Amino acid sequence: MADTSLIRRAVTARSQLFLILLVLAAILVPVLNLAVPAGSFFHLPSYAVSLFGKYLCYALLALSVDLIWGYCGILSLGHGAFFALGGYAMGMHLMREIGSRGVYGDPLLPDFMVFLNWQELPWFWHGFGSFPFAVLMALLVPGVLAFIFGWFAFRSRVTGVYLSIITQAMTYALMLAFFRNEMGFGGNNGLTDFKDVLGFNLQSDATRAGLFVVTAAALAGGYLLCRWVVGSKAGKVLVAVRDAESRTRFLGYKVEHYKLFVFTLSAMLAGIAGALYTPQVGIINPSEFSPANSIEIVVWVAVGGRGTLVGAVIGALIVNGAKTLFTGWFPEIWLFALGALFVVVTLFMPQGVLGLARGQGGLAEGAKRALAFLEQAGIKRKGTGS
Amino acid sequence: MRTAFLSLAAMMLLFLAALSPLPAAAQSDNPALAPHLAALDSRDFAAKGRAVEAIAQLDDPVVVPLLRTLGAGDLYRRKSDGLFFRAERDGRDYKLFDLQSGDLVETLSGSAVTRIIVNNSMRGQIDALLGSLTLRADDPAQRLAAARTIFEERDPATLPALESAIAAEDDDDIRALMETARAAILVADDGALTESRLEAVSVLRAMGGREAMVILKGASGDEAPAIAEAAAEGAAAIEQTMQLWGLGQNVWYGLSLGSVLLLAAIGLAITFGVMGVINMAHGELVMLGAYTTFAVQEVIRNSAPWLFDYSLLIAAPLAFAVVGLAGVAIERGVVRFLYGRPLETLLATWGISLILQQAVRSIFGPTNKEVGNPSWMTGGFELGYLTITYNRLWILVFALAVFAGLLALLKKTPAGLQMRAVTQNRAMASDLGVKSGFVDAMTFGLGAGVAGLAGVALSQIDNVSPNLGQGYIVDSFMVVVFGGAGNLWGALAGAFTLGIANKFLEPFSGAVLAKVLVLVFIIIFIQKRPRGLFPVKGRAAEN
Amino acid sequence: MKETRALLYLDDVTVSFDGFKAINGLSLFVEPGELRAVIGPNGAGKTTMMDIITGKTRPDSGKVLWKGEHDLTKLDEADAARLGVGRKFQKPTVFETHTVEDNLLLALKADRRVIPTLFARTRKDEQARIDAMLALIRLEARRADLAADLSHGQKQWLEIGMLLAQEPELLLVDEPAAGMTDDETMETAKLLRDIAGERSVIVVEHDMAFVRELDVKVSVLHEGSVLAEGSLDHVSADPRVIEVYLGR
Repeated sequence: MADTSLIRRAVTARSQLFLILLVLAAILVPVLNLAVPAGSFFHLPSYAVSLFGKYLCYALLALSVDLIWGYCGILSLGHGAFFALGGYAMGMHLMREIGSRGVYGDPLLPDFMVFLNWQELPWFWHGFGSFPFAVLMALLVPGVLAFIFGWFAFRSRVTGVYLSIITQAMTYALMLAFFRNEMGFGGNNGLTDFKDVLGFNLQSDATRAGLFVVTAAALAGGYLLCRWVVGSKAGKVLVAVRDAESRTRFLGYKVEHYKLFVFTLSAMLAGIAGALYTPQVGIINPSEFSPANSIEIVVWVAVGGRGTLVGAVIGALIVNGAKTLFTGWFPEIWLFALGALFVVVTLFMPQGVLGLARGQGGLAEGAKRALAFLEQAGIKRKGTGS
Repeated sequence: MRTAFLSLAAMMLLFLAALSPLPAAAQSDNPALAPHLAALDSRDFAAKGRAVEAIAQLDDPVVVPLLRTLGAGDLYRRKSDGLFFRAERDGRDYKLFDLQSGDLVETLSGSAVTRIIVNNSMRGQIDALLGSLTLRADDPAQRLAAARTIFEERDPATLPALESAIAAEDDDDIRALMETARAAILVADDGALTESRLEAVSVLRAMGGREAMVILKGASGDEAPAIAEAAAEGAAAIEQTMQLWGLGQNVWYGLSLGSVLLLAAIGLAITFGVMGVINMAHGELVMLGAYTTFAVQEVIRNSAPWLFDYSLLIAAPLAFAVVGLAGVAIERGVVRFLYGRPLETLLATWGISLILQQAVRSIFGPTNKEVGNPSWMTGGFELGYLTITYNRLWILVFALAVFAGLLALLKKTPAGLQMRAVTQNRAMASDLGVKSGFVDAMTFGLGAGVAGLAGVALSQIDNVSPNLGQGYIVDSFMVVVFGGAGNLWGALAGAFTLGIANKFLEPFSGAVLAKVLVLVFIIIFIQKRPRGLFPVKGRAAEN
Repeated sequence: MKETRALLYLDDVTVSFDGFKAINGLSLFVEPGELRAVIGPNGAGKTTMMDIITGKTRPDSGKVLWKGEHDLTKLDEADAARLGVGRKFQKPTVFETHTVEDNLLLALKADRRVIPTLFARTRKDEQARIDAMLALIRLEARRADLAADLSHGQKQWLEIGMLLAQEPELLLVDEPAAGMTDDETMETAKLLRDIAGERSVIVVEHDMAFVRELDVKVSVLHEGSVLAEGSLDHVSADPRVIEVYLGR
C-alpha cells in the first residue's frame, strides 16, 4: 500500500513522458530490427541495436553520477571504476560461459590464463560460472568498494575538489592494477571473445534485442529508484547537504552517513550499467578505468542538466550520439568538440540542455552570461582599483 | 671396389697436399720449439706436461694460440709434414686452420691428421699458463682481461706468474686488480701462510663489491679459525656497505623521480595552492613546454646546428613565455568567470586540456617527437657504486632552482606580496589599489610558465607526444594534495617523499604495483589528514 | 554559585590554533532555562567557544558536560544537535533550493537516521507543527516558495523557526542584533527572553544596548577565558573589564 503511493509520488509529469519514451524505444527498436525486413527503409541494422543498448548503459551510468553530484554535491571523477568493476564481474561470467570453445579449448581456464601458463583458476574467479552470482558481484563489488572508500573519505570530511581528486586517484590506481597480467583479469586485452549469455548466442539479433530491452528496463528501474530517493525526506537531506553541509550537521543529521548511503547506491547503479555494457559491447578492458572516461561521464550530466535525473539521461544520449557521428565523420574534430562542450556548458549553461528547454534560468541566463562574458572579455577592460 | 676408390681418393688428396705450398706462418721456424712440439704428439702425459711448460717459457707469437688450441682440444698434427694446425671436424673431413692467422688452409680426411690429446690436469695447467702469459701482454686491455680471468678462476697454479706480473705492472688499475686476484687465490689456498692469507682477507675487504663478498663468504667456512673469523667479519662488513650503497641508489632514484614530480607539480601548487583553482589542463601546459623545446631544436637543427648544445638554454625562457601566455589566455578567457566554483573550474579546464591535446596532435601529429639531449646532458659517472646520469642530475638541479626562484619571487618581491594579498583577501587587496584581475592573470600565468619549464626538462627524459601531460596530471595532484595546498614547501616535501617511497617499493612490488600502493597510501593519508602534510591551520582554513 | 545541576558545564577548556590559545582554561555554567549573554572584544574566543559546545571544534583539554552525563567534546555537530544543542549563525543559513516548508520539515524534531528518513512520511501532527511554526514566523503565504527568494529578514525568521522546530534545550545565538534597526533589536531581545525559560539560551553579542535590553547575567570573555561574570552593571563596573574594552 505505502509502496504504491511512494511510487506514485515519484512519477511526475516529466517522469511519465520519459518512461513512455523509454517503453516506446524498448518496443520499437527490437521490432524495427527483427520484424522489419532487411531491405526496408524502416529496418534497424543490428549494430545499431547494440549501439543504442550501449547508450542506455551510459545513460544509467550518468544517472548514477547525477544522483550524487546533482543532488548531494559529490563530484566523483572515479565513477568509471564502479562501472568497469560491474562490467568485469559480468565479463568474468561470460568468460566462464565460453567453456571449452576457447582458442585453447581448456574447459576450465579462460584463454588468457592458458596463454600465461596458469595451472588453475584463481580463487576470485570461483563462483562466476553462475549467472546470479555474477550479477550479485556486479552489485556488491562496486558497492563494497564505494562503501569502504566513502567510509574513510566522508568520515574524515574530505569534500569538494579534494574528494574529486582522490576519486580520480582511485580509478587511476585501479587502471594501473588491471593492466597487470598478474591480477588475473586479462591484463591489457581485458576480457573478450564472449560466446553466449544464459545460453543465448551473443551474436544473434534476438539476443541483442533482448539485451536492449533488459537495459531499457534497468534504466527505467534505476530512474524510478533515483526519483524515489530524491523525492523522499532523505533526498531533501541530500540536497540540504549539497547546499549547506555545515547547517545540515547542526540540524542533527549525520552528513557522512547520508553521503555514504547515496555514494554506495550510486556505485551499485554504475555497476549494473557496467554489467549490461559488457555483453552488448563484447569486451571489457582496463581503459574503462581511465580517469578521462570518468570525467566524460560528468560532462554528460552537465550537458543534460544536473540535479534533474532526466537531464543526465538526455546528456548521455546527446553526447554519445554526437561522439558516434563525429568520430565517424571527422575524428579530428571530436576532441575539440568535446573540449569546447566542457567549457561552454560550465560557462554558459549551468542548467544544461534541460535548463535551456525549460527556459527558466536556462536560455535567458545563458544569453545573459554570454553577453557578460563578451563584455568583460573584450569591450570593457579597465583597472579594478577603487 | 668401394674401399679401393676411397683409398685412391685419399692418395690423390695426399698428393695434392704435398704439392700445395706450405703456409709461411703456419708454424714458427723457431728451432727451440721443434723438440717440444715433437714431445706433444705422444702418449706420455708427463712428458707432454713438461713440453707445455717449456713451450710457455718461449718468447714466440705462436705460443699463445698454440696453447689455447691445445687446451681446447682442437690441436691436430698433419701426418704428411708433422705441422700443427687447429682443425674443425666437417663430416668425415677436417678443416685445417692456421694457428696464428686463423685462415683456412685445406680440408683433409680424418686419416691424414692426428689429434693431440690432453687430459684434465694438462688442461688446468694450460689455462693457468695462458693466464700468466697474457698477464704480460703489451696491450693493457689484454692484461686487464687476463687479470680478471685469473681473479674469476682463482687457480693457485697461476700464483707465481701473477706475482711476477704484479712486480712488472705499471698501470695502477691493473695492478690493483692483480693484487685482488692474488688475494682471492691466497685466501682459499690452505697451503699458504696464515699471515699472508689474513692479509689477503683485508685486501679483499678493502676492495669491497659483490665478488669480494662472495669469496669471503666462501672462506668463512675455512678450517683455520682465524681465517674463517676474519673472512666472515670482512664479508659482513662488505655486505653492510653494499646495503648502504643500495639504499643510496634507491634514494638517488627517488630524488630523481621526486625532482620530476616536483617540476610537474610546482606550477600546480601555485594555481591550486595559492589561487585555489583546479587546473586540469596543467599537464597539457607541461606538454606545450616540451613541444616548445622540440620546435626550438628543429629550428636549430635546420639553420644553426652549432647552437644545439645551447638549445635547452634557449628553449627554457621561450617555453616559460609561450606557456605563460597560454596560461594568461586561459585565465582571462575562462577561469576568471568561475572563481569560487572549483568544481566547474575543474570541468572547464579539463575541456581546455582536451582542446590543447587535439590541437597539438593536429599540428605536430600523434607520434612521439625526437627531442635530443645536448652533450652536457648525455652520459653519466660513477660515484662509488652509484651510477649517476647527467640528465637526471641536471633535472634535479633545475627543479631545485625553479623551486628556489619561485620561493624568492613569492616571498621577497612586491609582485609576490600582491599575489598573496589577493589570495588572502580579494576585497581588501582591491581596496588597497591592487588590481586583482591583473594579479590573478599574472599568478595563473606564472603557474603555467613554470609548467612550461617543467616541459623543457621532461622533454629530456620522456616521450614528447600529445599524451605527455596525461601521465603527470594525477601524480602532480597527488603531490600537491599530499604536501598540503597553499604551501610550496609542501610540494617539495610531497614530491620527494612520494618519489623516494615509490622507488623503495619498486624492488619488492614491481613498478606498477609500487605506483598503485603509493596512490592507495595517499588516498588513506588524505582521509587521515585532509589538509596534507603542511596544512594551513586555524580559522582561515575552515572557510 | 548555587548548587544546581547545570545544563551545560564547560570545565577548564583549552584549545589552540598554531600555538595561539583561542580558548584558555575557560569554565562556564549554564543552568536549565537560563538566558546568558556572552560579551567580549574581537578575538576573545566567543565563536570558538560556540564551536566547541556544538562539537565543531575539539578542544585540546578540558570537558564540556551536557546535563552532567555526556561529554560534548567526544561528539560531533550532529550528535550535539541530537542531544538538544541548536545554533543560530550570524549570517542566516537556510537551504536555499528547498521550499520554506521543506526547510522546516528538515528541522522538525524526528528520527535523523538515514533509513528511517528515507521511508519517512510527514505525519499529521508534524504537518500541524509546521503550520504552527509558519504562522509564528509569519511565512504562511510563502510556504511553497524557495527559501532563496526570501528577503534577508525573512531568512532570519525562517532560521529561527527552524531552530525552534528542532526543539533544542540549549540555543546558541551569534550576534542576532547585527545589522538590525533599533526596533528590530528590541523585538529580537523580547523574543529571546520569551524563548528562555523553556530552554536555555546563550547569546553572543557585541551590541551593549542589546545586552542591556536582555537584562540577564553576563559573562565577559577575554583572551579565551571568563574575565568577569554577573549583571551588566556589575561587570561594567569591574576595572579589568573597563581596561579590556577601553584600554589600549
